[in-house]
Amino acid sequence: MSSLTQYTDLYRQTAAKIDANSAPVLNALRPAALEALDRAGRLPLPSDEGFEKTSIEEMYAPDFGLNPDRLPIEADIAATFRCDVPNLSTLLALVVNDRFVPTSTLIKNLPEGVTVCSLREAALNHPDLVAKYYGRLAPLDVPGVALNTLLCQEGVFIHVGAGVRLHKPLQLVNIFSARFPFMAPRRILLVAEDGAEVQLLKCDHTQTPGVKYLSSEVVEIYAGAGARIGWYDLEESSAETARYSQFYLRQERDSHFDSCTATLCNGSTRNEYNIDVVGNGCHTLLAGMAIGTGSQHVDNNSQLTHRSEHSSSRQLFKYVLDDRATGAFEGSIEVAHGARFTEAYQSNRNILASRDARMHTKPQLLIYNDDVKCSHGATTGQLDAEALFYMQTRGIPMKEARRMLMQAFLVDVIDAISLEQLRDRLRHMVENRFSGDHTTCTTCRNNPASKI
Amino acid sequence: MDKDILLKVSGLRAKVENKEILRGIDLEIHPGEVHAIMGPNGSGKSTLSGVLAGDPAYTVTGGSAIFHGINLLELSPEDRSHEGLFLSFQYPVEIPGVSMVNFMRAAVNAKREYFHEAPLSAGEFLKLMRAKRAIVELDNKLASRSVNEGFSGGEKKRNEIFQMAVLEPRLAILDETDSGLDIDALRVVAGGVNKLKTDRNATIVITHYQRLLDYIKPDFVHVLYKGRIVRTGGPELALELEERGYDWIKELEDNK
Repeated sequence: MSSLTQYTDLYRQTAAKIDANSAPVLNALRPAALEALDRAGRLPLPSDEGFEKTSIEEMYAPDFGLNPDRLPIEADIAATFRCDVPNLSTLLALVVNDRFVPTSTLIKNLPEGVTVCSLREAALNHPDLVAKYYGRLAPLDVPGVALNTLLCQEGVFIHVGAGVRLHKPLQLVNIFSARFPFMAPRRILLVAEDGAEVQLLKCDHTQTPGVKYLSSEVVEIYAGAGARIGWYDLEESSAETARYSQFYLRQERDSHFDSCTATLCNGSTRNEYNIDVVGNGCHTLLAGMAIGTGSQHVDNNSQLTHRSEHSSSRQLFKYVLDDRATGAFEGSIEVAHGARFTEAYQSNRNILASRDARMHTKPQLLIYNDDVKCSHGATTGQLDAEALFYMQTRGIPMKEARRMLMQAFLVDVIDAISLEQLRDRLRHMVENRFSGDHTTCTTCRNNPASKI
Repeated sequence: MDKDILLKVSGLRAKVENKEILRGIDLEIHPGEVHAIMGPNGSGKSTLSGVLAGDPAYTVTGGSAIFHGINLLELSPEDRSHEGLFLSFQYPVEIPGVSMVNFMRAAVNAKREYFHEAPLSAGEFLKLMRAKRAIVELDNKLASRSVNEGFSGGEKKRNEIFQMAVLEPRLAILDETDSGLDIDALRVVAGGVNKLKTDRNATIVITHYQRLLDYIKPDFVHVLYKGRIVRTGGPELALELEERGYDWIKELEDNK
């Protein structure tokens, strides 16, 4: 029996409650989602193309609880402020499990033309606006998307009006907090209208060590003509956390999208990026890094399609895997008919720091057009033995030399980030990560819980 | 044991991938001495320096190396460094992404930790760097760059001597430090080595040519051939080699 069944059964039993605690625009897609799931019959397995190293079935198999009644759950909010990026003032909001919690600074400081609220609230107050975008990029025939759509009740809605430039970055802190295995259907809908500018820093954290969590996340982003979006996604979860994140982006002409996804601590993670460049003159940066120790698993899968002219894209994913950690990267660039003068680059570089670490990589390039500049490549290797010996002869102990080389390997991913303060912060976090801190946010785990 | 012996190498044998390169090296070095090791290509000069520094590419198959009373061959490369051994590489390694500053700070503080000393403060460290840079006229700009990355041949070698100045070894092995240097760079590098010379430390200069020995005056010259020291003499031996080449030694040895 598929692990999907427990969720569709749950839905059938609690549909009325789920709907009652959500909004009609969100509820409207549930029947089609259920139908799509019944048709699919199961979640992806390693026998499915593109899922060779990650079983979504297995991720969803534990008996996770959900919260259709929207009961309040304790979480330590005070601690999350410590996760703040130093010298970088942000507009902060939290998502506790799947519940949106704005901070007072966010509410007070949002400039005119910018909406940040729960998707449910947006769907109740502006049903036409949400209906125009919700579920339009993420297709229901993808089982993960359908299941998220079936169960998502709240979500996050971000709307930046035409020509509005948000000077402070938005920060979205996802926190898991529960006493039993818990699943959060998380959803983000970000609409940047023509000429809008927004940077979003998202980080995933967990509280209560030892509890199993599953984050089912679907992100839909619209970049209007000339819009500029920065998207920075840091995962610092626990070994017991599974994350299935599916990301859909549509770029209109002259829009810029810069992103970096960093998996610093996790259990098992699958990130999918679907990017549709439909307008001319767009720029896309997809950067990513993964640091794996223990038996962490990180799988990044990108599908980027150029349908327009004079656009450029760059993908850079780097992994450092130690112990028994496993990684996978599969990326495809498609340059469609007529997408002339496209520049598209993709690079995946990996270091296996132990004998037992494993990396699976599959870069792909499909070009249906002349007049393009494209390249793709992947390398997987070990730490440079000559460099290690050189450092040792200067007195640097082997362990530290290894750490320094691993850190150095990730430098260009950090350098690709355009937010300077975030670069500094990430450098620091990576350093801490390699010096053995399980997570930089020890405060997240240690502070006494305060009720929300 | 004789306290005045800094390094005593006895019957040292080593191989790389089943090929024996060192076939019984004997060498005794006292504080204040400069030893030159010369020899034709492939005689085992770089292997000797690699084995003494602990390069894992080589396997020691026999003999011993006692460094001021300590069994050198039992130590990790980093502990050999802490105990006062320094190897200047023939080809200094480029380490992209690791800045010179971080590299040196890690090196200095690792040594301090070995001797149970507190790490240097940022101010003390910068002061140390400034003072030592002056010895080899190394440009301050190199500090923020990645280790050896994009350095010219001369800068790489000066960087080696700079590191030596910072670490203050009791025994420095300079492996073909003159290779790839023009005459001006050679003068600066050799000048740096001479400035660091005291009556308490010693230097092994490994070189193919006599040229470097015009600048760093050896007390002893050893000729290495086929993994053995086949001849030892004073500075005049280097001059003789310069004049006559190595063929006469090869002939003498091969006909033994």
